[in-house]
Amino acid sequence: MRAAMPMVDDPHRTSEVRHPVSMTLFAVQLLNGLQLGVLLFLIAAGLTLVFGVMDFVNLAHGVQYMVGAYLAVVFTTLVGNFFMALVLAMSAALLIGLLLEVTIYRRLYDRDHLDQVLATFGVILFLNELARVLFGPSPLTVPVPEALSGAVLLMNGLLYPVYRIALIVAGLAVAVGLWLLVTQTRIGMLVRAGATNARMVSALGVNIRQLFMIVFGFGVMLAGFAGFTAAPILSVEPGMGDSLLILAFVVIVIGGIGSIRGAFFAALIVGLVDTLGRTFMTDIFKLFLSPSAATDVGPAVASMLIYILMAAVLFFRPTGLFPAKGS
Amino acid sequence: MAKTASPATPSTAPRPSRILEGTWIPLVVFAILAVMPAVSVALDDSFLTLFVIRVMIFAIAAVSLDLILGYGALISFGHAAFLGIGAYGIGILSAEGTDEGLIAVPVALVAAGLFALVTGAISLKTRGVYFIMITLAFAQMAYYTTTSLSAYGGDDGLTIWSRTEFLGHAILDDRTTFYYVTFACLLGAYLLCRMIVASRFGRVLTGAKQSEVRLQAVGIDPYGYRLVAYVISAMLCALAGVLLANQTEFVSPAYMGWHRSGDLIVMVVLGGMGTLHGAIIGAAAYLVLEEVLQDFTEHWRLIFGPILVLVVLFGHGGIVRLLSILSGGRNRG
Amino acid sequence: MADPILRLERLSKHFGALRVTNELSLDVERGEVHAIIGPNGAGKTTLISQISGALAPDHGSIVFDGRDVTGLSMAQRARAGLARSFQITTILPNFTVLDNVALAVQARQGHSFRFVRAVNRDRSLTDAAAAHLETVGLLERAGTRAGSLSHGEKRSLELAIALATRPKLLLLDEPMAGTGREETERLVAVLKRLASDYTMILVEHDMDAVFALADRISVLVYGEVIATGAPEAIRENQKVRQAYLGEEA
Repeated sequence: MRAAMPMVDDPHRTSEVRHPVSMTLFAVQLLNGLQLGVLLFLIAAGLTLVFGVMDFVNLAHGVQYMVGAYLAVVFTTLVGNFFMALVLAMSAALLIGLLLEVTIYRRLYDRDHLDQVLATFGVILFLNELARVLFGPSPLTVPVPEALSGAVLLMNGLLYPVYRIALIVAGLAVAVGLWLLVTQTRIGMLVRAGATNARMVSALGVNIRQLFMIVFGFGVMLAGFAGFTAAPILSVEPGMGDSLLILAFVVIVIGGIGSIRGAFFAALIVGLVDTLGRTFMTDIFKLFLSPSAATDVGPAVASMLIYILMAAVLFFRPTGLFPAKGS
Repeated sequence: MAKTASPATPSTAPRPSRILEGTWIPLVVFAILAVMPAVSVALDDSFLTLFVIRVMIFAIAAVSLDLILGYGALISFGHAAFLGIGAYGIGILSAEGTDEGLIAVPVALVAAGLFALVTGAISLKTRGVYFIMITLAFAQMAYYTTTSLSAYGGDDGLTIWSRTEFLGHAILDDRTTFYYVTFACLLGAYLLCRMIVASRFGRVLTGAKQSEVRLQAVGIDPYGYRLVAYVISAMLCALAGVLLANQTEFVSPAYMGWHRSGDLIVMVVLGGMGTLHGAIIGAAAYLVLEEVLQDFTEHWRLIFGPILVLVVLFGHGGIVRLLSILSGGRNRG
Repeated sequence: MADPILRLERLSKHFGALRVTNELSLDVERGEVHAIIGPNGAGKTTLISQISGALAPDHGSIVFDGRDVTGLSMAQRARAGLARSFQITTILPNFTVLDNVALAVQARQGHSFRFVRAVNRDRSLTDAAAAHLETVGLLERAGTRAGSLSHGEKRSLELAIALATRPKLLLLDEPMAGTGREETERLVAVLKRLASDYTMILVEHDMDAVFALADRISVLVYGEVIATGAPEAIRENQKVRQAYLGEEA
């Protein structure tokens, strides 16, 4: 199942959309799409930097998202306080990521992409199964923190959960922070240079291994953060990172490898297109198809939308919307 | 491996020992497969025949992948999509009342070929990481499309009530016949790929893998050749899907899941990439390993994952290379 | 000056602010060996890359054999008869020496969408390839894996591959680069023999080789041709001596 969809518990999604498209529904789905986009950005940002700077294909990046979500389960149960748990979980996520980096990934940087794909695929199989062994196959939940529970009235008739708004705000804040980090700091400058030309950076006498570790650690924390914060609104289950990983790939392909800016805009586009497509595609088809045909075709086309979008972008801009690498 | 041909005759014909070296493994493999039903009868183990059919089906898929992965260096992480399209071709036509193989099989293969043509035309414009991600994404698109095919079972999959018939004969209902049909398909796929890689077309494919610029400079644009190879590979993989649907009498989106695509790559690499028979051995090794580990624990991936990591880090050239070292042969270049 | 095999008109290429090819015009006559020399950074390889199609010029046109090829890809130009050897050896290391050349013969024979016949039993490929290897003196290495050839042998292989496309114009980008004295002399002898049958553009640092082979020489400095003429005239040219030869002496 598509664990990635954050609107599974949304009343508007599960109830069949038969009534005419209302403004409220549109606004809600817009926010949901934005929220999926922000989530995708958090995952894609780390992934695209690791690709860009290290030329390392890390399929196991999605697993780090799952790890974040399970750590949310563990630490919210242990310490009770959501924000304390967040801090602890982030540290643990970083530790787990670095452990993998030191024991396995490090040996893969010089290998070809096929080796990287296979080895990280092995890591996925292992960690997904480990999650199943430790926590069981059934989905777990994490309560929404007290301080962020409830809903607010955004406009007439539009009641939206506070927690989801907080997620969007937090995601955007991270995006701004990341942008400042990459554009305004020395590390960020090296990262950008590394994404454009890794050999030049190491020629400058920068400790490239250390830079790799910092970038990698950052990516892991972002994915872990995404998983942790998504835990209260999604079901936490083994393999939950896999489908998101592929969506993050689509984001990166559209945005351009190594580009934070590309990842940001592409993530929002993918989030919005996917969410709105799933909600309204059937209705759109009803405009010119019979209702039964529309209910058959609509969902199928909706699920293809972002891939068609990706194909179209590739066709016109083979290196993505914001390519980081010089041609 | 510096060997000098005699100056007078610059022949590329392999030396006798080399012919033997290259051929004994596939000969042994197919000989074993040919007698397996008899062995199964002798051991009174009916599961064995079913298991080996499954091995051969995945071997066809792995051989098809090796054609583009091993010879073209195209890391397709979406090959399971073609397996699934082949299977769904049979499933959907059967649900619509068409069980005739002379119609259903070509339709299934052509459907996969068309999907490969369109997605390949786009993904082959890209290289490296992009190609991996895009093939993966397109396969995922096929996956989600089948989950939303509510008329054909959607998420739950589709049961096939009667196996594919040929001219009205339900030959696949007999286990031994099914076995040898699968065997023939595998042998045919293997020989077809062997022929292709030895042909002019194959030389372009393997040359482009080594240096694209060199091919451009002699006037060959590899794009079209890669695309054709991609389509051929997809159709062969769809053939495996056709057989898989018939064996399990069931199709589901899971056939196209990305783990399945990963498994196919694992099979090829485990057996020995770029040898074709390595893919067969790899498929067998993978499925046997799965079977053995599953006997040991239901959480067999907990063991298989680390094995995979170790194989990548320390094992080069797969089982085929191991075999040729053990048999005293030299390493393949 | 009627009907040159290659005509470059106002060719320009910038890398950022750097003008590597600057409004460059040049004619190469049929049958001649036209050497292009110039100090390092003069833009010789960039020029060869634009002629062969590896780089697109910013503006200007390239007319080859009476046809504007400016918009064509490298493969299309190769099929039209423009063959190139690379400064950095570009061969197929896992193929045998013979197969490297046979692939070029195969390309010359038309499309390669042929799936049935085995290439190594196709005499039309192997015989022609062997003949080209003999021309460059590499026949006895035919069965060797190309990757294990010596540097000088690889340079010869590059030449054989280029010849196998039966080009109307050979673009040789520093064919002697990195080869020893003896190897260079051998290559010069080979090229001298070929000069009667082929039109060549020769980019080369080895001045002895250039003056031994060239019918005409163009001197490239900062992306511009400052002089074109017969070897003797170039030797005497004051501008050239200042800009180029002077530095060497």
